[in-house]
Amino acid sequence: MTEHLKFEATHISRVFGHGKKAVTAVDDVSFAIKDREIISLVGQSGCGKTVLAKMLLRLEQPTRGELLFNGKPITATGDPRNHWRQVQAVFQDPFSCFNQFFTIRNQLKASFRLFEKKPSPAEIEERVDQALLAVNIKPREIDGKFPFELSGGQMQRMLLARIFILKPQVLIADEPTSMVDACSRASILDYLMKLKEELSMTIVFVTHDIGLAYYVSDSIYIMHKGKIVEQGPPDDVTQRPQSDVTKRLLEDIPDVHREWIPREAAVAAAR
Amino acid sequence: MTAPALPVQAPVPGPAPKPAAGKVVLEVEDLRVHYLTRFGAKIQAVDGVTFSLKQGEILGIAGESGCGKTTLVSGCMGLYIPPLYHTSGDVRIDGQSIVGMTPEQNRKEVLGRKIAMIPQGALNSLNPTRKIKDMATDMILSHDESADKKTINDRLRERFSRIGLDAQKVLNSYPVELPAGTKQRCVIGISTLLNPKVVVADEPTSALDVSTQKSVIRLLFELMNQEIISSMLFITHELPLLRHVSSSIAVMYAGEFVEYGSTEQVIFDGRQPYSRALMGSMLSTEPGQKSRKPVAIEGAPPKLDKPIPGCRFAERCPVAQPDCRSTDQVLRVVGGRQVRCKYADTDLVKQVGGTV
Amino acid sequence: MELVKGLFKIPSFLFGLALFLGTLGLAFFGPLLWHIDVVSRVGDPYMAPGAGHWLGTDHLGVDMVSMLITGLRASLYVGFLAGVVATVVGTLIGVYGGYKGGLLDDILTVATNLFLVIPTLIVLILLSSSMEKGRSLTLIALIIGCTTWTWSARAVRAQSASLRARDHVALARINGYSTIEIVLEQILPYLLSYVFMVFILQTATAILTEATISMLGLGPYDSISLGKILNDARTNEALIGGKWWAFIPAMVLVTVIAFSLYVINTAMEGVFNPRLRK
Repeated sequence: MTEHLKFEATHISRVFGHGKKAVTAVDDVSFAIKDREIISLVGQSGCGKTVLAKMLLRLEQPTRGELLFNGKPITATGDPRNHWRQVQAVFQDPFSCFNQFFTIRNQLKASFRLFEKKPSPAEIEERVDQALLAVNIKPREIDGKFPFELSGGQMQRMLLARIFILKPQVLIADEPTSMVDACSRASILDYLMKLKEELSMTIVFVTHDIGLAYYVSDSIYIMHKGKIVEQGPPDDVTQRPQSDVTKRLLEDIPDVHREWIPREAAVAAAR
Repeated sequence: MTAPALPVQAPVPGPAPKPAAGKVVLEVEDLRVHYLTRFGAKIQAVDGVTFSLKQGEILGIAGESGCGKTTLVSGCMGLYIPPLYHTSGDVRIDGQSIVGMTPEQNRKEVLGRKIAMIPQGALNSLNPTRKIKDMATDMILSHDESADKKTINDRLRERFSRIGLDAQKVLNSYPVELPAGTKQRCVIGISTLLNPKVVVADEPTSALDVSTQKSVIRLLFELMNQEIISSMLFITHELPLLRHVSSSIAVMYAGEFVEYGSTEQVIFDGRQPYSRALMGSMLSTEPGQKSRKPVAIEGAPPKLDKPIPGCRFAERCPVAQPDCRSTDQVLRVVGGRQVRCKYADTDLVKQVGGTV
Repeated sequence: MELVKGLFKIPSFLFGLALFLGTLGLAFFGPLLWHIDVVSRVGDPYMAPGAGHWLGTDHLGVDMVSMLITGLRASLYVGFLAGVVATVVGTLIGVYGGYKGGLLDDILTVATNLFLVIPTLIVLILLSSSMEKGRSLTLIALIIGCTTWTWSARAVRAQSASLRARDHVALARINGYSTIEIVLEQILPYLLSYVFMVFILQTATAILTEATISMLGLGPYDSISLGKILNDARTNEALIGGKWWAFIPAMVLVTVIAFSLYVINTAMEGVFNPRLRK
């Protein structure tokens, strides 16, 4: 049964600190993520979604509960690099993801250290070029460039280029759209779809914007105060929300067709 | 006691009607601003922008990063600190020109008093090692060195309770001791302490989650209703958000306004391919909208280090015609708003993005 | 780069740098300009300054300028060596502990604090007095370095801990970087300006410490240092006899080196520490 499950979590929690100062970031959460599925973890900042994502990435360990990856405990392979060959991530702020002291190209090439058999230098260059093309960047455009010389949208695509190089089974995308222009968001979502369809990736998309989740996911998990308060297919969650948290998240989207902050306030302010 | 006689009143929690708009407070006339790169290239980041802002009005300025909106803000505040230079044009607040001042003069007479900015990362703009009171006191002292301690304290207490804070407690706290929402109120409260004529909100909500975004904007409205803020420039890359914020919208591209009209006109009936494309990148959770895929605008805004012949958006425009690249576009009135597009009055532009 | 350019616009930095380069120049080029002789008696004991011997002679009749230049070289040597040791040891322990966190960090912090409360001077005095013969200049520098690294460690640890949570460190981890590689490539480069400031401070402190113990008569047996000149003046009644040239110039030199380094450090801190940068 567990064959086609990528991740399986049973009652996992993550507590930081001890005693009175203990903070429960993730609180007794269970879920199963199927192969080739895009699932979204949605919630406000501080709801525990990033900590949960870090557990899937094996950057944090659950304090309690069991987390299986491909049917085996996530720590089953002693060397975490085995895990990172299969599970990779893109983070929120692309500028802080790159070291400002090295060129971007050199940092992309650093991904090859994860490979069990490192390709030849010529092949590495070739594959970096291909990955850049996959995210619509002309390889020569970034030659010799440092992170601060590119725009936010370009940098976010550099993070995605890394994924095209590594071709992991699972991608954890932690708020990849929140630092880019509204008009580049759609293209980031397109790349996520492309990774799913062309490279059969399973994607865990962490976001505070339920609107984005609605577009890309096969399943949405709403998180609040460390717990998953609602989960289901995007149409159910957005059209027939059960939990108050979900309703609030939907209400707070500044949709142009709906009243957002009672209209008279805006009108009054505008006069 | 020489405390300014501000009326003490209980914080108004919700929106309330406001008096009608008055006279023009901010006038920007054919403003051009450039900066010099390390290699000496001249980048004309703001290239002939004209608009005015009335008392009580909110003008939204939308565009993606690199379109010149942040440079426009510096220009409007008279902050010409190298490598940023004033090329030509004028900025007047209350009829008085603020260009051509030295940075010291500007800091003393203009910033905070005539025009103030709400910082982008409101939560990170507070110095963690100082109490809220000390930072607020600095703000007053920077414009009135002679203010005595008691006057300042009274003024701070009055203002902080007016924006709905427990003044005594908050003023004596360090930023880390305060919850995020309170910190936000403090930042906005400190920036508007001197009752500036114009408040500039430069992406105050980007990188915030939707609920926090909503609470920040609610707070700004609240301050407007209390007349702590009288008029506002709201800068954002999220054009759809302006539907709920501003009464008029200017869409900026490559240093120029490409569409400038009322909120209704720009949001629901845009006549310029770029503003329509910005709307088209919006995501909606309304039923049945999932199939309507948002379209990204490929490419990036031009660098502006050399003049661009013809329409500046032509290279990215999905409906560009051969003659778009050869004829310079000027702002002209189409359908009651200013538009910079040769085909603004044709059905051609309607093929691009647009509203849901 | 902008920051470095900004540094060169600060008057106090330029002043400190000029003073320091001046003393460094004296140490390096002094022997070319002045005939150095610290063994022969060139005149009577405590000869007053005059032609030929600009700063007179010491209690044995040795040329004072020669003594000072030699002593200055020794003091700078001690300062740099101790500074390097203290900075390298302290930085490695601080960066590693700050990055790793957890139990290892706790252990390193306890160790650092233990070293911190041991007074350097007392250790030096005890060690020096127990090693009459083997007390070389290098050994003293090493001892100073090994007892003062705690300051560097504490300063660097806090910075390193704040870098630990950065995304590029997380990305390096999932790129398969080892801890050592992360410390060297992802953390140290961000701290370089800071480490350099720590190094300057450690150097200044080491020069002062060496001068102090030498003046107490526990200095190196194999070299002349500024502290030893002061000790010679003290034990041979130069102070009572009003032979100011035997101690004032040496005191001025020690003060100038330490002062210039402190001035440089303060100016750099104003530029590189974002909290002080307004």
